[in-house]
Amino acid sequence: MCAQPAPDQAPDDPSAAAAPPHRVVLDARDITRALTRISHEILERNKGAGDLVLLGIPSRGVPLARRIAARIKEVEGVDVPTGSLDVTMYRDDLRKHPARGPQPTAVPPGGIDDKTVVLVDDVLYSGRTVRAALDAMNDIGRPAVVRLAVLVDRGHRELPIRADHVGKNLPSARTERVMVRLADLDDVEGVWIAGSAPDTPDTPGAAGASGEAGTGATA
Amino acid sequence: MKKHLLSIDDVSADDVATLFETAAEMHDVQRRQVKKLPALRGRTVINLFFEDSTRTRSSFEIAGKWLSADTINITGKGSSASKGESLRDTVLTIAAMGVDALVMRHAASGSALQVSQWVDAAVINAGDGTHEHPSQALLDAYTLQRRFGTDGRLGSLEGRHVVLVGDLTHSRVFRSNVLCLTKLGAQVSVVAPPTLMPSGVEPWSKELGFATSYDLDEVLPTADAVMMLRVQRERMSGGYFPSAREYTVGYGLTRDRLATLGPDVPICHPGPMNRGLEIAADAADAAQSLVLDQVSAGLAVRMSILYHLLAGEGSTS
Repeated sequence: MCAQPAPDQAPDDPSAAAAPPHRVVLDARDITRALTRISHEILERNKGAGDLVLLGIPSRGVPLARRIAARIKEVEGVDVPTGSLDVTMYRDDLRKHPARGPQPTAVPPGGIDDKTVVLVDDVLYSGRTVRAALDAMNDIGRPAVVRLAVLVDRGHRELPIRADHVGKNLPSARTERVMVRLADLDDVEGVWIAGSAPDTPDTPGAAGASGEAGTGATA
Repeated sequence: MKKHLLSIDDVSADDVATLFETAAEMHDVQRRQVKKLPALRGRTVINLFFEDSTRTRSSFEIAGKWLSADTINITGKGSSASKGESLRDTVLTIAAMGVDALVMRHAASGSALQVSQWVDAAVINAGDGTHEHPSQALLDAYTLQRRFGTDGRLGSLEGRHVVLVGDLTHSRVFRSNVLCLTKLGAQVSVVAPPTLMPSGVEPWSKELGFATSYDLDEVLPTADAVMMLRVQRERMSGGYFPSAREYTVGYGLTRDRLATLGPDVPICHPGPMNRGLEIAADAADAAQSLVLDQVSAGLAVRMSILYHLLAGEGSTS
């Protein structure tokens, strides 16, 4: 699976067609719908909310995890333990940038041992953030199962990592920027794509960008 | 952040805020079962201590280890320094082994700055003579911010009246603390007997805006925090005060003075304490004493310092 770009890519996605400076990919309602679907998928896959733990990757994975938990509560009436997992110290590109301060890691009181942990992030790109998250989780406990839910999968994986639950598959060029803004942290809400024309949409393996930006601000 | 941490003057108020945010995250690591972060894997930190130390050296060592750096301790006694090797030769020898950071304590004021000009490694001043001890001041301010905060969030020192008492002449902790506390907006008073008030403190106090006093009982009632400093007998050639008893009566945090302090007024001491001299056992062990909080905060703050100086690419600003 490592060589495959986003595996379940929607063929009808028109994003590769034209590239004005800023194009809306998802608006606030689209995000809500996508999170609702992800919530249902998580419940379906897990056969209920038992032993579930949601861990958001800061910064924008955290409010996403909280929203998924709220939706699960509406559907199942269960409070799913939700926390955050910072990966700053575990990044493999730590030395390529000036030191960044770590974000909070908050593991729910019950811990993650023998639980089904769903990692939640806003954008899946190179896969390096997720690798770092798996390492970070190693130091906290040993879950029974780890799954990955992302709002946007933009392809260009550099590691054999794949999301289990995807809000939107977004074929993109490496030169483009995908921006996620959430009302919890920002003034606006939506997903935008910006940058130069997508000459090589979604082709992994080519030399180029070194990795996704850590916080998802420009993932 | 600058490359070295030689003085509190090397960090801006924004840098301090960044350091403390990171320290707060590091603080949580102390409660984990696996106390290890991979951020400094493959980095080497040398603790070079020409003066005795318990907490500073061990906390820098543990801080480095918890960040996965390789840390090595070299002390003046037992190193070639005792055979007469010069500081420059010792430091260049260590630097030639390819170290990333030197945590240094030396009896000569200015030694850390001097060493930083000789080597490529980042130099962290862990006390140079009677000059500065920046990591101590940072951990003291962090401890107080934690104490004044709520729900584990850091509070502010803005407008808080912090009283430093003790042997100011010989205290590097005093110098770093005054710089740090005034930078963070605290209202600082320093109290000492006339013989232990540094000469030339007046222009400095005017420049930084802190108050000096010889009368502890006059200053204490308005204190929001009290920081007792150690009477440094090893740096005194005698004659600074007639007797230990007289010092305690005038400037010690005695049981009587403790009773006049509000129960919410935190008491700090950088350690090691001379119990019965500058601080009574009742005060050192009181519920409002932060002495042990300072130690665990010291670990978190030193992890943060090492992280910010060493984790990024050539972190010079």
